[in-house]
Amino acid sequence: MTNAGLISLVEREHIQSLLDHGKRTDGRSFEEFRKITIIPSYIQKAEGSAMAKLGKSKVLAGVKVQIGNPFPDTPNSGVVTTTVELVPIASPDFESGPPRARAIEIARVTDRAIRESKAVNPESLVIIPGKKVWVLFIDLYVLDYDGNLFDACILAAVAALRNAQIPDIKIINDAEGNPEDVELLETTHPLLMDHIPISCTFAKIGKNIIVDPILKEESILDARITLAFTEENKICATQKGESGSFSLDEIKKCIDIASERTKEIRSKLDAITDPKGNPWSDDLKS
Amino acid sequence: MTIQIKDRSMVTPGEVIAEGEYHLGSNVYRQDKKIISQVIGLVTVKDNQISVVSLKGKYLPRVGDLVVGKITDVSLNSWVVDISSPYPGILRPSSSLDRRFDPVKDQTRKIFDVGDVIVAKVFSFDRTRDPTLTLRSDNRSGSGGPYLGKLSGGRIIDVSPSKIPRLIGRRGSMISTIKQYTNSRMIVGQNGRVWFKGNTFEEEYLVLQAIEKIDREAHTRGLTDRVKEFLEDAVKNLKKNSEKTKAEKPKEKKDATKK
Amino acid sequence: MIISVKKMSKDKEEVVLITKDGIRHDGRKKDDLRDISFHVGVLDRADGSALITWGRNKILAAVYGPRELHPKHMALPDRALIRCEYRMATFSVPDRKSPAPKRREREISKILAEALEPSVFNYLYPRSVIDVYINVLQADGGTRCAAIAVASLALADAGIPLKDLVVGCAAGNLYDQAVLDLDDVEDKEGQGDMPLAYLPHIDEIVLLQSDGVFSPDLYKTALDMLIPACKKIYKLQRDALKSKYSQITEEVADAPEKEAKSKEKAKKEPAKPAKDGKKEAKKKADDKKEKPSEKEAKKRKFSKKSDKKTDDEKKSSTKKEKDDKK
Repeated sequence: MTNAGLISLVEREHIQSLLDHGKRTDGRSFEEFRKITIIPSYIQKAEGSAMAKLGKSKVLAGVKVQIGNPFPDTPNSGVVTTTVELVPIASPDFESGPPRARAIEIARVTDRAIRESKAVNPESLVIIPGKKVWVLFIDLYVLDYDGNLFDACILAAVAALRNAQIPDIKIINDAEGNPEDVELLETTHPLLMDHIPISCTFAKIGKNIIVDPILKEESILDARITLAFTEENKICATQKGESGSFSLDEIKKCIDIASERTKEIRSKLDAITDPKGNPWSDDLKS
Repeated sequence: MTIQIKDRSMVTPGEVIAEGEYHLGSNVYRQDKKIISQVIGLVTVKDNQISVVSLKGKYLPRVGDLVVGKITDVSLNSWVVDISSPYPGILRPSSSLDRRFDPVKDQTRKIFDVGDVIVAKVFSFDRTRDPTLTLRSDNRSGSGGPYLGKLSGGRIIDVSPSKIPRLIGRRGSMISTIKQYTNSRMIVGQNGRVWFKGNTFEEEYLVLQAIEKIDREAHTRGLTDRVKEFLEDAVKNLKKNSEKTKAEKPKEKKDATKK
Repeated sequence: MIISVKKMSKDKEEVVLITKDGIRHDGRKKDDLRDISFHVGVLDRADGSALITWGRNKILAAVYGPRELHPKHMALPDRALIRCEYRMATFSVPDRKSPAPKRREREISKILAEALEPSVFNYLYPRSVIDVYINVLQADGGTRCAAIAVASLALADAGIPLKDLVVGCAAGNLYDQAVLDLDDVEDKEGQGDMPLAYLPHIDEIVLLQSDGVFSPDLYKTALDMLIPACKKIYKLQRDALKSKYSQITEEVADAPEKEAKSKEKAKKEPAKPAKDGKKEAKKKADDKKEKPSEKEAKKRKFSKKSDKKTDDEKKSSTKKEKDDKK
């Protein structure tokens, strides 16, 4: 649409020459994340919610819990679906309308990290086998875009699941004593989370590979790779993007770095979660 | 005739500043006898004229303004320049080359390409058509005027155009302060885009911090002194640290600062 | 796939919307507003932005522009086009809303744009567009009124010249009594709802709708209640707009004292233990592959910066404490 996102030659050369001297525009090291803050339970009408702030990028996640039917091929599994909306609030380059390829890619990678890490055991979401299961909708709204939406979205989704509440239920049996229907009670219990996937995204610019790119860095990157890890140090999702490429050695190095960074983020997850925090304050200074 | 709001106080859109026969300055309007603010900003009363200095807003081109722009499109006989305004600037070869432009031999793309940053002057603008830009100084025969043309190296930052007067300072005092302390070059566009280039990464970073400080605190008093103080401290610190680093590892330091 | 969720009804008490003494189900009197607060400049990318919390409503507004309009044929030769998009987040309501925009959202978008337009000096920017995006993050009745108030504030934050700020508020009919500011329960169970938007200074009404039923007298009573309510909200809007800047002014005014103090301290004990501690922690967090001496050198160069920032942090945190006390 507009050229608001076009990066000038001056900016491009500036970022590149800094990188060639081992520096980044915001003073971070190549392997350093921006400040991460999570504000949980921001939306009381959602069963779970969280705002994740990664530097200036902001993502709001809400989890809605409903009763639905299982898929015919997985009668003993609940359903978890993830959507991402790149709403035009977040950037002059985002347009109104249904999610496009880019939003869908982020949603699917987030979905994969949650599903493959078995963050939520799908069997625990079954109410009446083959008939009724819990359906979890994780809806992510990007509200302010300053790069690295993959990591911000996965963080927001995981944080929202961590405070999600499932309604207590009463199962009604039919005359023969078989479970037939479900009644929702007013009380709730926390959603059981078995694993916590955390991701680390790299941008390759020329020969340099950096962690957690800001928008300016993203706009000149050649290739991108996201690696999500479980707490058992297993890789649960990978997504390489953009038209550039990585060498085998580069990928191996990324795996080692991502393993370290995700471990660190997981270890301080409680420390960076601030239930009393103001999601709208400008607290980037750290 | 009464002024209800004191000079330099903050007003919001719709707020009545005065009642009576005052002259209308910028960002105010008259309803009946009331003078009312259109924006969030600071009131200035000068010789019976009331205006409000806006604290934010988009750049509206004015003829003669120096602007820093980005080339966003190139055609056979013109360039489209983003000047961070609702209207793109149009630059034609006739106002950018010293010689005659030959549409057969000359290729516009070879002169300026998409992504290039230029400093230019607004040549014409009347809101019914997009502003045209020029690279010719009007006083070219005289002392030369400011540099117009392509900018390379350095970095650029966007600030609110309404804060440019503070960034320039009285008779350019703020700019010279920053340049002096940081040994850097600086070109300030009236459209809120600033280009600067330092000798070292650290000094360039100082310029950036100084500009960000001015952008954030433009509506406060005593800004010039605070910026001076900030730069003085920062430069002292840089020297101290660079001496230490030199003692530890002289080679590394040199490499890093070489551009 | 989704089966509708039935809440158990036997536990649910019958809601008394309004007592004979005029006390409503949440304890408010007829002309009480819910708690309202505004927060200006909450987004980094937008040209202007604001958030409103109004009771349990949470609504975010962002403004982009005036900017170039594409496609060009939509441009107006004599003024800026004002576009407005009102959207509800899927999780903003008890039962998940489908992400696709509904007819209701389109209608509200249209009337909001039309209500904002009279407040904007849009002839200053012919052929351009001003985009106003509104996202209801949580809804609890009266969202369109809250939306217009927050959108107007976002326009002001973008520095767009305005005649006045636009304020919105709703009144309703509860068993033939006019009340202010219906919440979701009152909206659903009550007999009528009347949202209004108003330019307080110019004294003009720019949005008015009603559904349900009102007698002409009740309708007029409701209108009379709305104007003073709008003026109350107007004051909150103006204070919020100013506070974004006055906070910085206060901070700067405080700074010289603090700086002087910190300088004194620095003289007394040149090595700040806190700062070193922070450095150590940061270093640990960094990778171990780079040479430690190089790392050290880099950190040194940035030490001034991180120093400065911790100072700022302190200031803003003390500021917050002050605010909390208020």
